[in-house]
Amino acid sequence: MTEATLYGLCSAALVGVGLFGLIMHPQPLRKILAFNLIGGGVFLLFGAVARRGAAAGLGGDPVPQALVITGLVVAFAATALAVALLLRLFQETGRATLGSDG
Amino acid sequence: MSAALNGLTILAVCAGAFFFLAGTVGLLRFPDTLSRLHALTKADNLGLGLVVLGLLFQAEGLLAALKLISVWLLALLAGATVTQLIAHTARPSGPQA
Amino acid sequence: MAFDIGLALLVLGVGAWTVAARDTFAAVVGFVAYGLLLALVWVRLAAPDVALTEAALGSGLTGGLLVSASTRLRRAETRAVDERQPASLRLAAAVLCTLVSAGVAAIVLLLPEPAPTLAPQAMVNMAATGLGNPVTAVLMAYRAIDTLLETVVLLLALVGIWSLAPDRVWGGVPDPRHQAEPDGRLTFIAQLLVPVGILVGIHIFWVGSVAPGGEFQGATILAAMWILAMMAGLVDAPAVSRRWLRLMLVTGPAVFLTIGLTGFAVAGSFLAYPEPHAKLLILMIEIPVTLSIAATLALLVAGPPERAPGR
Repeated sequence: MTEATLYGLCSAALVGVGLFGLIMHPQPLRKILAFNLIGGGVFLLFGAVARRGAAAGLGGDPVPQALVITGLVVAFAATALAVALLLRLFQETGRATLGSDG
Repeated sequence: MSAALNGLTILAVCAGAFFFLAGTVGLLRFPDTLSRLHALTKADNLGLGLVVLGLLFQAEGLLAALKLISVWLLALLAGATVTQLIAHTARPSGPQA
Repeated sequence: MAFDIGLALLVLGVGAWTVAARDTFAAVVGFVAYGLLLALVWVRLAAPDVALTEAALGSGLTGGLLVSASTRLRRAETRAVDERQPASLRLAAAVLCTLVSAGVAAIVLLLPEPAPTLAPQAMVNMAATGLGNPVTAVLMAYRAIDTLLETVVLLLALVGIWSLAPDRVWGGVPDPRHQAEPDGRLTFIAQLLVPVGILVGIHIFWVGSVAPGGEFQGATILAAMWILAMMAGLVDAPAVSRRWLRLMLVTGPAVFLTIGLTGFAVAGSFLAYPEPHAKLLILMIEIPVTLSIAATLALLVAGPPERAPGR
């Protein structure tokens, strides 16, 4: 098994673990954390694909790597917006959950 | 010659890893925040310093060696400051009997 | 190979702990460690540029954002009842996640052999761009439109965050005012580290044209230095309605867009560079974009305005 396949399988497990956290946690901040975990797993899948594309003297295919860099920046921007929304919700309502009771 | 350098690298990195292990054991086993910080600084200063020393033997050229040393110095700076900040939060009244 | 297996198991373990931890602050700390371990994985996958971005942005800035958020939400945590989801929901979620994981694993195992790759084409045309780093060539030359849209997306996220300000502090200053203690530890490290950090950030940006690095990694370090200076109270966050701030944020994407549009006249299509001037044009784009992105990232972490302008 090559290292690309190994890390690809690791990324599959990470996506599963993150999805479980996303579904199970009621608090939005934990959901944001789990969402970032899923994102890390997906980017790792890109990385495995890039590693398999090693050719022409390079260690990996540069196009998926550039896509991952773009994805990381956009994921950070989305996380920042989500956290700001959550903090504003907490400021306005005093609760940090989206439940309709309590 | 390169075999001797590799041997020195392995020795230094193993010694550094031992200090990291000691720091982690201290983090897990010591009773309160201040003593845990004390254990962690050993990992930071000595452990990282020994690892960097071991890697210096493998560095290609003076610039790479200087970069490695500056990594260690920056980690020292950050670690020392954060340790002080955490200690101040844990015991705001300062050192006392 | 044993190292890779160990690293993959460690990443998985820390990820699982981030999901399973009871205390939110512990989960955030686990997430920061997860990001740093992922950076190691990227190095093992021969992607040092991505490793730099993951360590700086995915673990560093995101971690800082989440730590401050979890601290502010701690009061809500203690009030929230420990809601245990019913066991049937846990079972259904576990089955769904296992199916999704199995699907992704099947994709990984069924990837086509030999692997299709664009590396030869990237290398063939790199001499025309004048760059030495293939990832930077992809970001700034082959897929420059993605990078342009990415800078605009960052600006849109910032506008979204600014629009969350309450009416009475509209256009005001983000961040609570941090008092600078003249002998304080945070002041000391800020005064020492910020100049060094700015140098390191500029170096990583500059060297990105021939070695691992680039504008996003350099911009992240510059943003982190501004955030450190703001946290230590050395500088106050600017009011978001200040014209110079908005000009600085917009200049990068505007220059990018202008050079892209002149590509119509000079080289035949949007964002096409005439070959002898490609390196110069890329540099002319990269410098304002780096400054704009650094400011945008720092302001994304600072958050929506909390104090009225001109306070």
